Amino acid sequence: MNGERRKFWPLVLCLLALVWLQPALAQGFAGLGTGADGFAEVQPGPFDFPADHGAHPGFRIEWWYVTANLQDANGTDYGAQWTLFRSALGPDGPQVWMAHAALTSPTQHFLAERLGRDGTGQSGVTARPFAAWVDEWELSGPTPDNVRMFAQGVDFAYDLKLAAKGPLVAQGDGGFSVKSAAGQASRYYSQPFYTVSGTVTLPEGDVSVTGQAWLDREWSSQLLNADQQGWDWISLHFDSGEKLMGFVLRDGSDGFTSGTWIAADGTAAPFGDGALRLTAQERHRVAGRRVPVVWRVELPERGIDVTISAINRDAWMDTLVPYWEGPVTIKGTHSGRGYLEMTGYE
Amino acid sequence: MYRAALHALLSHWRRRPFQLLTLVLGLATATGLWSGVQAINAEARDSYDRAAMVLGPKPRPYLISEGDVPLSMATYVHMRRAGWMVTPVVEGRLATPTGPLRIFGIDPFTLPAGDLPKGGETATFDAAFLGEPGRLIVSPGTAAQLSEAGLPPLVTVDGVAPGIAYADIALAQRLLDRPDRFDRLILLDDQPLNRPPLSEIAPGLTLEEPRRDNADMARLTDSFHLNLTAFGLLSFAVGLFIVRGTIGLAFEQRRTVFRTLRALGLPARALLALLMGELLVLALISGILGIVMGYGVASLLIPDVAATLRGLYGASVDGALSIRPVWWAGGLAIAVLGTALAGIGSLWQVARLPLLAPAQPRAWARASERAVVWQGITALALAVASLGLMVWSSGLFAAFVMLGALLVAAALALPVVLYGAMALGARLSRGPLAQWFWADTRQQLPGLSLALMALLLALAANIGVGTMVSSFRLTFTGWLDQRLASELYVTAETPEQALRLVEWVTPRVDAVLPIRRASARIAGLPGEIFGLADHPTYRDHWPLIAALPQVWDRIAAGDGVLINEQLARREVIWPGDTLSLPGWEEAPVLGVYSDYGNPLGQVLMDLNTLEALFPTAERLQFSLRLPPEEVGPLMVALGSEFGLPADNMVDQASIKAFSLQIFERTFTVSRALNVLTLAVAGFAILTSLLTLAAMRLPQLAPVWALGVTRGQLARLELLRALVLAGLTMLCALPVGLLLAWVLLSVINVEAFGWRLPMFLFPGDWLVLGVLSLLAAGLAALWPAINMARMPPARLLGVFAHER
Repeated sequence: MNGERRKFWPLVLCLLALVWLQPALAQGFAGLGTGADGFAEVQPGPFDFPADHGAHPGFRIEWWYVTANLQDANGTDYGAQWTLFRSALGPDGPQVWMAHAALTSPTQHFLAERLGRDGTGQSGVTARPFAAWVDEWELSGPTPDNVRMFAQGVDFAYDLKLAAKGPLVAQGDGGFSVKSAAGQASRYYSQPFYTVSGTVTLPEGDVSVTGQAWLDREWSSQLLNADQQGWDWISLHFDSGEKLMGFVLRDGSDGFTSGTWIAADGTAAPFGDGALRLTAQERHRVAGRRVPVVWRVELPERGIDVTISAINRDAWMDTLVPYWEGPVTIKGTHSGRGYLEMTGYE
Repeated sequence: MYRAALHALLSHWRRRPFQLLTLVLGLATATGLWSGVQAINAEARDSYDRAAMVLGPKPRPYLISEGDVPLSMATYVHMRRAGWMVTPVVEGRLATPTGPLRIFGIDPFTLPAGDLPKGGETATFDAAFLGEPGRLIVSPGTAAQLSEAGLPPLVTVDGVAPGIAYADIALAQRLLDRPDRFDRLILLDDQPLNRPPLSEIAPGLTLEEPRRDNADMARLTDSFHLNLTAFGLLSFAVGLFIVRGTIGLAFEQRRTVFRTLRALGLPARALLALLMGELLVLALISGILGIVMGYGVASLLIPDVAATLRGLYGASVDGALSIRPVWWAGGLAIAVLGTALAGIGSLWQVARLPLLAPAQPRAWARASERAVVWQGITALALAVASLGLMVWSSGLFAAFVMLGALLVAAALALPVVLYGAMALGARLSRGPLAQWFWADTRQQLPGLSLALMALLLALAANIGVGTMVSSFRLTFTGWLDQRLASELYVTAETPEQALRLVEWVTPRVDAVLPIRRASARIAGLPGEIFGLADHPTYRDHWPLIAALPQVWDRIAAGDGVLINEQLARREVIWPGDTLSLPGWEEAPVLGVYSDYGNPLGQVLMDLNTLEALFPTAERLQFSLRLPPEEVGPLMVALGSEFGLPADNMVDQASIKAFSLQIFERTFTVSRALNVLTLAVAGFAILTSLLTLAAMRLPQLAPVWALGVTRGQLARLELLRALVLAGLTMLCALPVGLLLAWVLLSVINVEAFGWRLPMFLFPGDWLVLGVLSLLAAGLAALWPAINMARMPPARLLGVFAHER
C-alpha cells in the first residue's frame, strides 16, 4: 500500500524550501514528522469529485503535478513538467503557492519557478470549472479531463491541450494511501492517461508536439521522518498502453521500493517492497553532483526488464531546492517513454 | 653606535615628558577631529546607499497609475496573470512617538529574494511576517528607537536602511490606512517570453524610468558633507600647527645632541633614519589614540548630524556608528601624513645641519627672521592665488580651496605683522625695561608664532562661522515671517473631504487659499511645482529678491512663473529668462524668491495654470487666513468636525518653531567643531609657553641680575602673552570677516544655492577677544607663576653653566 510514497519528496521539497527560507521553521521540522499540529487528518473513503480536484486548505501540503512526454513531427523527444504546490504555514495561517515549470529537449533544458500569494487571485485552484494557476501559468479546463497546460519563462514556453483517454486511478486503498506503520497517510489519485497536443516554444522557435501526460494529485498533513537521503522515482508509459509507477527510497542500506502497475484499462495493482528493482547503471555529472541517468528497471512478477535512459542528462532543476527531473526512453522487454525524478544527490 | 644614538635621541623625551605628551596629544587631536568627521560622512553615505537599495541593488522601472484609478490588488493580479512580472509596493510614513518611520510594504512572494538586505528574505517568508499581527523588519538601530512605539513586533536585520521598516504589503496597507491601494508596481528583471503590450492590458498604467534616489540624495547632501569635511580639515590643520611647533622645538632642543652624534661619526643618513623612525612610531601611537578620540567625537556629533540631515533633506541616517576597517586605516594614514608634513621642515634642517654651527636659540631666532621674510612672500602669493580663485573659478571645491589659501596666507602673514608691531613698539617705548620687553617679545616670536597662528585660525574661524550663523539666523527669521504669512495650514485626507472642508471653513475665516503641489523633474533634478491663488497674502509678503514689473499681475494672468533662488543660481536663470517645465516648454521666469532650507528647486505658478498642466495634482492642501487668536479654536473645531488628525493641521507658530529648530541643528556641528578648534589653539599656546620658559632662562637671568625682580619678570611674561593674544585677535578680526563673507556669498551659494546678506556683530567679537585674552592669560599663568617662584639659585646657575 506504499506505492504512492514516492510523491512525498515534493512535500519535503516544499518544506525544505520553507525551511531554507526560514530558519525558525527548522525547529518545527522534526516535530512535523509525527504530529499534525492542528491540521486536518486524512480519512479513508470515497473521493468527492469535483470538489477534490480543488484545494484542501485544512491540510498542510497538496500538489497538482503533471509530467508530459512529447514528440515533434521528426520524432524528437521533449519533456514538459508543470507543478503547483500548496503549503499552509499554519493550521489557520497563510497559504503559500509554489510552482515549477520545465521544458526539456535532447539538448536543452529550461525551467522557471514562481511563488504566489493566496486569496488575492494571483494563485490558486478552483474545482469547478477546474483551474490551477500561478500568474499566467495555468492548468485549466472545464474538468481535469480536458485541460490547457501553459507555462513560460524568460526563454521557453509551452501551450498544450491534455485530454484524458482513461479513468482516474485511485492510489493505495481507494485513494487512502497509508505511508507508514505510524499511521501517516495521504489522499492520492492520478490521471495517467492523457494524450497531449500543442506547441512548445524554444529559443529557435515554435514546435508542434504530441504525446502523453500523467497527473498526480495528493494532499496530506503528516510527513515522513526525515532520515531518508532521497528518492529515485519513475513513471513509465509503455507502448502496450500499460503504465508503471515505482520508486526507491534511499535510506543508506537496501532502500525501500514500491509502486503500482496500471493496466491499459486503468485497473491499478499496487505491489510491495522488494518487487521492483532499480539499479543505477551510468552516472552523469551535473551541477556539481553525480546523478544516475541510466537505470535498469526490473519487475519480475510482470516480466519487466528494461533500461531507461535520460533524454537529456542535464535536466537539472535549479530551483529553491534543486533536484533532477526529465523525460526518459525505455528499451528492453518493453519499450516506451516516461519520466524520472531524483532527489537528494549531493 | 646606533643603539647609543637611539638612546641619546630618545632620552630627550624622557627628560621632557610634557613635550612628548603635547606632541602625541596634538597629533591625536588632529587625527581625531579629522577621522571623526570622516566617520560621520561615511556613516551618512552608507545610510543613503542602503536607503537607495531598499528595493534591490539597482533601481528598476515601475508602473504607476495615471488618473484617478488607484493601483489596486485587482490591477496587480491582472498584470501578473497577463504575464507581466511585477511586484507591488506600498510606501509611506508612519508617525510614531519617536519620529516618522518609513514603511515599505512588500510582497515576499514576488519580490526577488536577493532584493532585501542580507538576512531579510528569511525573515519575510515566515508565517509570523505574513500572518497576524505581522512583523516589521528594521535595522537594530531603528529597533532601539522604536521599542516603545506600540507597533507590530519588530524583527531586526543588519543592513536594513535606518528609519525604514519592511512589512508585508497587507500589513503596510493597514498601518498606512490605504486599503487595497499600491503605490507602484516594480517591473522585475526577468520577464517571460509572451506578454501583451501594456497599452493593451492596462492602458491606465504608465511605465516610469528607474528612480535614482541615492544619486539625488548624494547630490543634495554633497554640499553638507563637503562643509563638514572642510571643518574637519580646518581642525586637522590647527592640530598640525601644534605638532609642527612641538617637533620643531624638540629638534631645536636636540641640536647639540645631533651635532655631538654627528661629530662622533654617526652618518647623517643614519641620524635621519633614526629620527624618521622615531616620528613614525610617535605618529602611529598618536594615530591610534586619535582614531579612538575620533570615534568619540563622531559618536557625540552624529545624532545632531542625523537630525540635521533628516530635517534639511529628509535623509535618514543611522544614529549609531559602525566601525569600518577603511576608516581605521585612513585615520592612521592621515596621522602619518600629518606627522610627515609637520616634520619635514625639521628633518630638512637636520639633513643640512652644519656640523660646527652654534647650537643656540638665538641662531634659530635669527634664522627664523630670515624665514619670516619667506613666509611673508608665500603669504602674499597665496593671497593673490586666493583672489584669483575668487574671481575666475566656481564650484564648491574651488571655494574651499580659496578659503584654505586665504587662511594659510593669513596665518603665514601673522609673524610678519607681529614683527612689525614689535618693531613699532620698540620704537615708541621709553626706558630700558620697556625696550627690553619689546626686544625680548620679538625674540620669542619664532617659538610662539606657530601657536599664535593656530590661535589666529581658530579665532578667524570663530568670527567667520559666528558671523555667518548669526547673519543667517537674522535673515532666516525675517524670511520666515514673510513666507509664512498664513496663520493655519490644513491638509485634507481625501479630495471629497477637501471639498467639504472648504465649504465648511470658508464662512469662518478671512480667506481660504488652496495650495496645489506637483512633483516634477526640473532641470534634471527632482523639484516641486506649486500653484497659488492670487491673493494679497502673497503679493504683500512673498520674499522676492528679483522680479520684473507687475510680477503678481502677470503671474495671476498665467504669463509666467516664479522660481526659488537655489534653482535660479543653479541653472543661472533670472527674470527675463525661460525655464523648461513638463508641459510648458518655455515658461517665462518673472521673479525669483528666497527659499532657505529647501534643497529642491521650486517653481510657483498661478493655480489655474498648474491645474491645466497637472490635472492630477493633489487638491488637499489649504492655507487659511484668520485672526491669530482664532487659530486654536478652529483647529479643535476642524478636528471634531472632520476627524482631521493633528498632523494635518499646522499653525504658523509651529512651523516657525520647527524651521528654527532645524536651523539651529544645522549649525550645531559647525559650532561644536569651532569650540574644539579654539580649545586646541589655547592648548597650543600653553605648550609653547611652557617649552619656551625653560629655554629662556639664559635670557632672563641677566635681566634679573640687573635688578628686575622675579615678580616683575612674571608680570611681564603674563603681559607679553596678553599683548600677543590681543594682537592676534586684532589680526583675526579682518580675516574672520573675510571668511564670513566667503562663507555667505560664495560657499553658501555653491553649497545651498542662496546668498545671504552679511551682518556685523561687534558684541560677539568683544566676547571672543576677552575669551582669547583669557585663554592666553591662563596659558601664561603657569609659566609666570613658575617664574615668580623660581629659586634664585637656578637663575644664578645660568651664569655657572655657560654654554
